[in-house]
Amino acid sequence: MAVCIAVIAKENYPLYIRSIPAEQELKFHYTVHTSLDVVDEKVSAMGKALVDQRELYLGLLYPTEDYKVYGYVTNSKVKFVMVVDSSNTALRDNEIRSMFRKLHNSYTDVMCNPFYNPGDRIHSRAFDNMVTSMMVQVC
Amino acid sequence: MEPGAAAAVGTAGAVGAAASAGAPAAAAAAAAGASAAAVSASYCPLPLPLSDGEQQCYSELFARCCCAPATSSSFFSSSSSSSSSSSSSSSSSSSSSSSSSSAGHPQPAAELGRGASLPGPAATAGANQVGDLFRASQLPAETLHQITELCGAKRVGYFGLTQFYVALKLIAAAQSGLPVQVESIKCELPLPQFMALKNDEIRYSNPTELHGMKCQIPYVTMEKNSFKRVDDGEKQQEKMSPIMSPVSSPPSSPSSYQRVPLTYGYGKLRSGMDQMHAAPYETRQHTLQQEGSTSGSHGPKPTRRQTSLIQSLSVEREPQESNSNYPDDPWRITEEQREYYINQFKSLQPDLSSFISGSLAKNFFTKSKLTIPELSYIWELSDVDCDGALTLPEFCAAFHLIVARKNGYPLPESLPQTLQPDYLQTAFLKPKWDCALFDSYSESMPVNQQPRDLNRIEKSSIKEKTDLTAPAQDVNIDDKQALKISSVDEAMPKDLSVDTATSKDLNTLKARPRSRSYSNTSLEEAMKRVEEPPTPPPRPQKSHSRTSSLDLNKVFQPNAPAAKPGLLPPPPALPPRPLMSQVLHHNTSNDSISQTKLPGQLPGYGDFRLLEQVLLTQIGCVWWNFREQIRKDNDLQTKEQIAEEKDLCQTEQVSEIELHPQLTRTPSQTEESGSPVKKDLPHTQPPSKPIRRKFRPENQVMENQEPSSVSGTSSVPTVPTVKPHASIQKQSSKQKKAIQTAIRKNKEANAVLARLNSELQQQLKEVHQERIALENQLEQLRPVTVL
Repeated sequence: MAVCIAVIAKENYPLYIRSIPAEQELKFHYTVHTSLDVVDEKVSAMGKALVDQRELYLGLLYPTEDYKVYGYVTNSKVKFVMVVDSSNTALRDNEIRSMFRKLHNSYTDVMCNPFYNPGDRIHSRAFDNMVTSMMVQVC
Repeated sequence: MEPGAAAAVGTAGAVGAAASAGAPAAAAAAAAGASAAAVSASYCPLPLPLSDGEQQCYSELFARCCCAPATSSSFFSSSSSSSSSSSSSSSSSSSSSSSSSSAGHPQPAAELGRGASLPGPAATAGANQVGDLFRASQLPAETLHQITELCGAKRVGYFGLTQFYVALKLIAAAQSGLPVQVESIKCELPLPQFMALKNDEIRYSNPTELHGMKCQIPYVTMEKNSFKRVDDGEKQQEKMSPIMSPVSSPPSSPSSYQRVPLTYGYGKLRSGMDQMHAAPYETRQHTLQQEGSTSGSHGPKPTRRQTSLIQSLSVEREPQESNSNYPDDPWRITEEQREYYINQFKSLQPDLSSFISGSLAKNFFTKSKLTIPELSYIWELSDVDCDGALTLPEFCAAFHLIVARKNGYPLPESLPQTLQPDYLQTAFLKPKWDCALFDSYSESMPVNQQPRDLNRIEKSSIKEKTDLTAPAQDVNIDDKQALKISSVDEAMPKDLSVDTATSKDLNTLKARPRSRSYSNTSLEEAMKRVEEPPTPPPRPQKSHSRTSSLDLNKVFQPNAPAAKPGLLPPPPALPPRPLMSQVLHHNTSNDSISQTKLPGQLPGYGDFRLLEQVLLTQIGCVWWNFREQIRKDNDLQTKEQIAEEKDLCQTEQVSEIELHPQLTRTPSQTEESGSPVKKDLPHTQPPSKPIRRKFRPENQVMENQEPSSVSGTSSVPTVPTVKPHASIQKQSSKQKKAIQTAIRKNKEANAVLARLNSELQQQLKEVHQERIALENQLEQLRPVTVL
């Protein structure tokens, strides 16, 4: 489903970014980077309206001709950005939400590892496997 | 060792890379080698057919034998090395030409393309290493001599490649039971098997497994696993150690001997867990080697992850003893390891049913000197519930993985079944309670796993994971086996193990399997029984369950922390002032009375006095007053009795008894009246009189028994002061008993009254507070003029 999944830290540097197919990695990296602006925009907009309760799922950040970019931000300002192939029209919002939820859970598990220093790149195998499962489905 | 390792790695890699391409080359080389061998070794004119696996194996062995001593002598090339790299093939071609000359021309090792290929074809195998290797084959010395002669080494004076190969072939033949003859090497033979020889220690693992694995590994994994090659290389390097180790010594005993003290030494958490890991490492080493053969899949997986760590592994790998109860499974935790893990867990977290926090575990595991990514991965594997904390099973699994990793085992992709928390929990809990019992089990158990049971236990144990700590994976294994043996149904052992495992922690879990368990062998029953005696985790502090007075003590202590015996009790909150004075007065008088007027006092007084002292500290002045009244009354009565003899004593007893019920009345009166003491005093006296008559007969007996019973009661501090009257001494034992029963009754009544008193005291306080509040209101409502 997803062609690129990225976990961006609070300081807007990537903790984990992975994309398939590999040759378009650079393009996806750039896409994710530019999408951060949209994320911030949405976060700030939402923040003003509902300070106490903020939706974690940001929804479609912006669509391009080839793909769509979805965003999700956690309460600790860690952002998940997912690039989905536009040709995959069967993907519904709920599915995207569930994928983000899985991402969030896996990320939480990574955080639980005491050997993981927040801010480090994520090397967790379990996380990798989960991301692969989400991405492989596309292919 | 390092260069050797590097070389071996290079070799392995080269081998792997060139495996496919090398096969034909190898074949050609083999032919060339055979021809070369035929040319050079006239002693052994027969061509030496070597299969690919043998080629690999022999070349490795030769490399190892050559590695340490290195340098050396004549360059003897053989075809086998050619398969490793093109350089070696070129060198082999050159060497084959040189071999024809059969002169021991020392060739610089560099010519061999050492870095890129096997150092093997160079030179000759060091005599020491070769000797060690041959001895490792566990063949009798004469056979080895024969082999040496046959292979031509003796003739040519050194172990060239050809000679070495021939010797290996002969060894294989001898181990297969074939006669040591040149002809026997013609046929296809299994690979010769050598016992593992470590560098520094003599360790004897199952030789067949060890070497068989060594040789098989290249065979199996040559296409893919450089890591395993490294393992082999490392192991064989160890084997190559120049130390002339007595190969023939019995394998198991020294290793176990060495292992055991090391294991026990691990109880101490030494800095850097290296030492702690050593024994389990040693236990793991051989299992690792064996494991490698049986599960070659381990090889490729760790390769990509851990090739970078190979060097570190080889460095880290300490003298390892491989002696495991379950040689085919490095992921099982042996009994000793389990105990060790439990001890380590206890050092971190005394409560075995609780967690080790993530930070604590991190500090602990960091001492193992493993890299952080590895530790992170191990944590990922072992923290099944991903809660950032390790229960005992999780801790054991993590520890075991670390140990295995330090021993050089590649980390598995997923947590092995024997390290699953549920598996560990069930197996683990049992030994915690009765390790001896377990040992008996483990002895009788075959190595078996119960995956089904694991599943079930997983479900249950996962729920209970928090309760169970599983340092002892080995125990789990033992448990499982024990359960297996004892249980008819496979599912049952799990239940039983669950029972045993969880009985301590989870009654619910225990109950569940029990409902399903049907047949209990004696073992199971013993196990269950064993579960009972061990003390569970620290019980919540129980309140005193003895006499009510003591309970009251606890109740009253916050109110009156003053010492009990003989001291004035601090007045309870809001005691009426007059009462206080009365209390003091009465107290002092009471004390004086108690100390002076002993003879006439009933034995119950002594006991009562003790109770009084206890209660007085708690109850307060009302009680004091009552007691004083009672005492006065009793004193009067005693005086009367003394004067009047038995009848009076009985009445005294009676009155004493009566007074207690009266006391219950008096507190109520006190509360109502607000001036408790004075009013109650008069009340106590009259009611006692009519009651006296009831107890008269009893009193008589009690009277007579007073002094004796008084002296008899040990709890009364004033007892020693009570001296029986001459007249009282005449009383019979029956009276004593009657008095004692009366005393007991009085005590109970006293306690009841004390409780009542406390309750009333509370009410009194409340009333006082209300009164104060009302007074305040009154003051507020008063006209201002009144100040």
